[in-house]
Amino acid sequence: MELYSLTVHELKELLHKREVSAQEVTKSYLERIKEVEPKVDALVTITEEFALERAKVADEMIKKGEAKDLTGIPVIIKDNISTEGIRTTCSSKMLENYIPPYNATVVERLLNEGVVILGKSNLDEFAMGSSTENSAFKITKNPWDLSRVPGGSSGGSAVAVAADEAAFALGSDTGGSIRQPASLCGVVGMKPTYGLVSRYGLVAFASSLDQIGPFTKDVTDCAIVLNAIAGHDPLDSTSVKIEKPDYTSYLKEDIKGFRIGVAKEFFGAGIEEGVKETVEKAIKVFEDLGAEIIDISIPYVEYALPAYYIIASAEASSNLARYDGIRYGHIAKNYEDLVDMYMTSRSEGFGKEVKRRIMLGTYALSSGYYDAYYKKALKVRTLIKNDFERAFEKCDVIVGPTSPTVAFKIGERTNDPLAMYLADIYTVSVNIAGLPAISIPCGLSEGLPVGLQIIGKHFDEGRILNVAYAFEKAYKFDAKPQAIGGER
Amino acid sequence: MKYEAVIGLEVHAELLTDSKIFCGCSTKFGSEPNTQVCPVCLGLPGTLPVLNKKVVEYAVRAGLALNCTIANFSKMDRKNYFYPDLPKAYQISQYDLPLCSNGYIEIEVEGGTKRIGIKRIHIEEDAGKLLHEGTDGSLVDYNRAGVPLIEIVSEPDISTPEEAYQYLVKLKSILEYTEVSDCKMQEGSLRVDTNVSVRPVGTTDLGTKIELKNLNSFKAVQKALEYEIKRQIKVLEEGGTIVQETRRWNEAKGITEPMRTKEEAHDYRYFPEPDLVPIIVTEEWKEEIRKTLPEMPDAKRERFITQYGLPEYDAKVITSSKKMADFFEKCASNYHSPKIVSNWLMGEFARLLNDTGREIDEVPITPDMLIELLKLVDDNVISGSIAKTVFEEMFFTGKNPQIIVEEKGLRQIADEGELRRIVRKVIEENPKSVEDYKKGKEKALGFLVGQVMKETKGKANPQLTNQLLREELSK
Ligand SMILES: [Zn+2]
Repeated sequence: MELYSLTVHELKELLHKREVSAQEVTKSYLERIKEVEPKVDALVTITEEFALERAKVADEMIKKGEAKDLTGIPVIIKDNISTEGIRTTCSSKMLENYIPPYNATVVERLLNEGVVILGKSNLDEFAMGSSTENSAFKITKNPWDLSRVPGGSSGGSAVAVAADEAAFALGSDTGGSIRQPASLCGVVGMKPTYGLVSRYGLVAFASSLDQIGPFTKDVTDCAIVLNAIAGHDPLDSTSVKIEKPDYTSYLKEDIKGFRIGVAKEFFGAGIEEGVKETVEKAIKVFEDLGAEIIDISIPYVEYALPAYYIIASAEASSNLARYDGIRYGHIAKNYEDLVDMYMTSRSEGFGKEVKRRIMLGTYALSSGYYDAYYKKALKVRTLIKNDFERAFEKCDVIVGPTSPTVAFKIGERTNDPLAMYLADIYTVSVNIAGLPAISIPCGLSEGLPVGLQIIGKHFDEGRILNVAYAFEKAYKFDAKPQAIGGER
Repeated sequence: MKYEAVIGLEVHAELLTDSKIFCGCSTKFGSEPNTQVCPVCLGLPGTLPVLNKKVVEYAVRAGLALNCTIANFSKMDRKNYFYPDLPKAYQISQYDLPLCSNGYIEIEVEGGTKRIGIKRIHIEEDAGKLLHEGTDGSLVDYNRAGVPLIEIVSEPDISTPEEAYQYLVKLKSILEYTEVSDCKMQEGSLRVDTNVSVRPVGTTDLGTKIELKNLNSFKAVQKALEYEIKRQIKVLEEGGTIVQETRRWNEAKGITEPMRTKEEAHDYRYFPEPDLVPIIVTEEWKEEIRKTLPEMPDAKRERFITQYGLPEYDAKVITSSKKMADFFEKCASNYHSPKIVSNWLMGEFARLLNDTGREIDEVPITPDMLIELLKLVDDNVISGSIAKTVFEEMFFTGKNPQIIVEEKGLRQIADEGELRRIVRKVIEENPKSVEDYKKGKEKALGFLVGQVMKETKGKANPQLTNQLLREELSK
């Protein structure tokens, strides 16, 4: 067994008992990255020097008896989360050389825990996409089949965990960007309740939907990382002041009497037969564990995808307006006047999908169209929230597939944006309603992982972790991606 | 045909909070460029705004002083447009739910008072400043980016340039009284835009509105409106039509000119700011803020009339500025004649402030110093005209009046023997005037007094000079 294949809680035990040092763990991961990175292209930046420096700090902490849960644990951060002194590109030519002068709150919290940052992971440019093919730098490959996408937009982070390049990773989820790649790569990924984790330092895509969350190898790790990153931040007005529980206290196998909702809308047209069967088997597992399966309906969810693309694009069109080349970022070499400088810099700096969404969002907010699009989308948002509220009167959690398909081929959907957008059909409604949800592996279809999505009530992450943990114990998912090789 | 004007005013006032509206940076004026900035007010990727509670408090205080309804629920919105001084390419402002609305100001017009409605007051962030230096492009100073502003929008209730002027004077004094803004136009902490249209008297449809910019003083607003109203009436009388546009006041030429901007309809694509939560002003908080409101100008004016026996005009001029009123009160409570204090404030003091473009708190004269000066006159140490010289010296140097009098040897000549000698000398040297006086020309006496003053550099005691001259001439 190699160090890099261990979970966070396994590594923690070895580190705390001082059976291994943080420097040994870090070196093991850096070796692993050298081995598999050429195959998967998950990382935009590798911070080897900084990692070794941090490992020394971690070993000091352990020596002094100041070790915390994540001390000495190697992590990879999605490259749209600001890291002081480490470039944060959003996988965009626009920010190719941008180095933030400050840390995101989550990064600050992890560093205080004593983590070792190994690098920054690839994403769809500005987190816009579902396949990580929209990166300006590289296309990340799925470690289960290198000809397939890892999902997105946090594809790099999902692959980093699936391919053992890090013990855990951080991603961001605006419409499914953590859960969908977690599903396609066979790892655990959680999008917390909107407002649970600070967004300060997360480069905004859609401010009212974005949320940072963890990618881990199992549910226990997910609870440990959530403990470290959740909680009120005075720098983020939308972060909620709530008493933060110890999420690991919810890691129980007993779910007898839990009411598990299954919505027919999450098994609609477009779902692959293999995915459907795998998820249905998973639901049977809950039944065997003594949970009550309840049929529910979320009728307005069919409007979630169009509402999402209007709200997210509208906010994005405003959030991305600041990239004008004046203070930082890409600036055109030749231009006639101010307007030409804006146009040329932005035309050169942004990729196709980003431009598509900026145009869509600008249009939706334009006078004369605002009521028909943006305002209507907000109304749909309220209806979907109400739908979920009603559903949660009947059940404690809602389960279903995370993605309608397993990982698709690279290039398969790049010329068909609508087909690409359908990849998020089961995940976007959760962001629209601001709810927490997790994706955990629940089996294979055609040799590729299938993810089970568990959606909970606002701030009910504990319950989600309980259900996920019980499933993980009852249904051991121990398949490993074979396309990358290496001792596991 | 007779025409009437319909005028609206938009006033931006910087709030006097110590820190900016969405970050902890200082709002101090006049620092080195880009020294009061941080990731938040520079709009760096990933940063988020956090609303400064003081900004809401100050805006509510202004709203209450201007008789507004305070919204218990309001929100911030984004106003999207590209410009290099705007780091996020959107300004966080308020669109459809402003913090304050439906207020008014009362101004004096011929035959009584007139109520000018205030449509709304909202809070927003200021932008940075473009510095055009040299030929190779522009520089941007972001110190001002994120400084809190309130925008006060009047109803189109103003019908003359004089009313516009009165409205601005009153508004400025209320904002100063409530200490929400220092209202310094020269530092840009108060900025005025106005719009005006004309229509035939008796009609109710509004004419085409012209916006006026580059108004650097209240007088400029008044003059620009006067010019613009005449211009519009002339165009209409000649059978032309008014084209909707923004015009710039050219102070030097005394005319308004079309601004050379590309005529593009701005679509600001306002939408609710998702990074901030709604602003809730509870009834309790509002009442707490109301308790901090000071005595307002109108109330103070009435009190000055009754308490200090000031004439209505004096009371109005002195209470138009809180600093002036405070200065007056400190003097008047330690001096026997409030009217003499008010004469000095409205006379010499106002003249020098006006000439130097300074505010009363920017000069080194304290109320105690002024009283000391007045007492020197009362005690016949110096004459009233010498006092003006001493005052000017005090104004520029901050020196004590007593010291100035001694240093410059300005003490009055009240010694009878010394003065009689000078009087005799003057009589000797001016036989023609003496003759005139003796022939009954009273005027000649004035000339002789003047000669004595000239001889003594103004230091002769005027009463004694008069008395001695008459004595000597009647010999
Ligand atoms: Zn700042």
